[in-house]
Amino acid sequence: MTASIKITVNGDTREFDSKSSLDDLLRVLDLDPQMVVVEHNRSIVRRPQLAATPLEDGDSVELIHFVGGG
Amino acid sequence: MTTSVSAQTDSPLTIGGRAFRSRLMVGTGKYTGNQTMIDAIEASGAEIVTVAVRRVDLDRSQQEGILYHLDPDRFFLLANTAGCFTADEAIRYARLGREAGFNEFVKLEVIGDRETLMPDNVGLIEAAATLVQEGFQVMAYTNDDIVTALRLEDAGCATVMPLASPIGSGLGLLNPYHIRTIKQRLSVPVIVDAGVGTASDACITMEQGVDGILMNTAIAKADDPVAMARAMRLGVAAGRLAYLAGRMERREVAVPSSPTTGLLD
Repeated sequence: MTASIKITVNGDTREFDSKSSLDDLLRVLDLDPQMVVVEHNRSIVRRPQLAATPLEDGDSVELIHFVGGG
Repeated sequence: MTTSVSAQTDSPLTIGGRAFRSRLMVGTGKYTGNQTMIDAIEASGAEIVTVAVRRVDLDRSQQEGILYHLDPDRFFLLANTAGCFTADEAIRYARLGREAGFNEFVKLEVIGDRETLMPDNVGLIEAAATLVQEGFQVMAYTNDDIVTALRLEDAGCATVMPLASPIGSGLGLLNPYHIRTIKQRLSVPVIVDAGVGTASDACITMEQGVDGILMNTAIAKADDPVAMARAMRLGVAAGRLAYLAGRMERREVAVPSSPTTGLLD
């Protein structure tokens, strides 16, 4: 069994497989990478880099999109 | 019949090197449903449509992202930094918005007071300067103060957007003099943002000579948002045309419209 790591995603702590990348995280959360922007430890990660960016224990990830606003 | 001034002869509104036909910009917040929102935007004739940057709701209990409903090929999406209270927050939101969006434009808000939602001028100017350096076309929401407006222009903002009255208040144009002063002094376009309540407010605001209006609540919270969107489109067009036409002088005394000669004994 692989070890798990704790990641804060949009303010909530979640457990993921220790070998996870940002791309895996989006897949687990069932999010379309085209429809969200990923901020990893305060840095924006562009779509082509998602799969190559590993998650580490204690990382903070923000997943954002556009909603209605004025 | 010909008129010397018509809507057809009006120049396009150019912001940050991009030309727009519509002088009305609309928000996408507070609608009861997505179809009503789309219908209202269509009825408004707006090209620039504002959106907010927020966390994805991972529980999916709230609405999905607006891009599932709003076609970015049909509208010019303008990300805002609503909800930000510091320059650093606003810069972070602007960067995320640029990444999520399709252009380098940002509607910059740095709020200084939760009650009135009045801008924090210091944070606003600081954030504007940083974002301009990063290549953003900054559209800065500000109060109706000429000095702040001048500082924002100096910082390189693409447009300065003074309020008519507080966000979401619908109180209309509270200080036409301040708005005229800002318009007269600035070289960049002046867009009045926030406070318009109904079509007459839009008309009166445009009559001050400003380049456009951005509104959200007045349309979204009308009993019939689609009808109000159309009214706003007409109000903006009427006010713009009246401004271009040049209004008569105000007089403190009555002047008869009919001949004073030829009257019966």
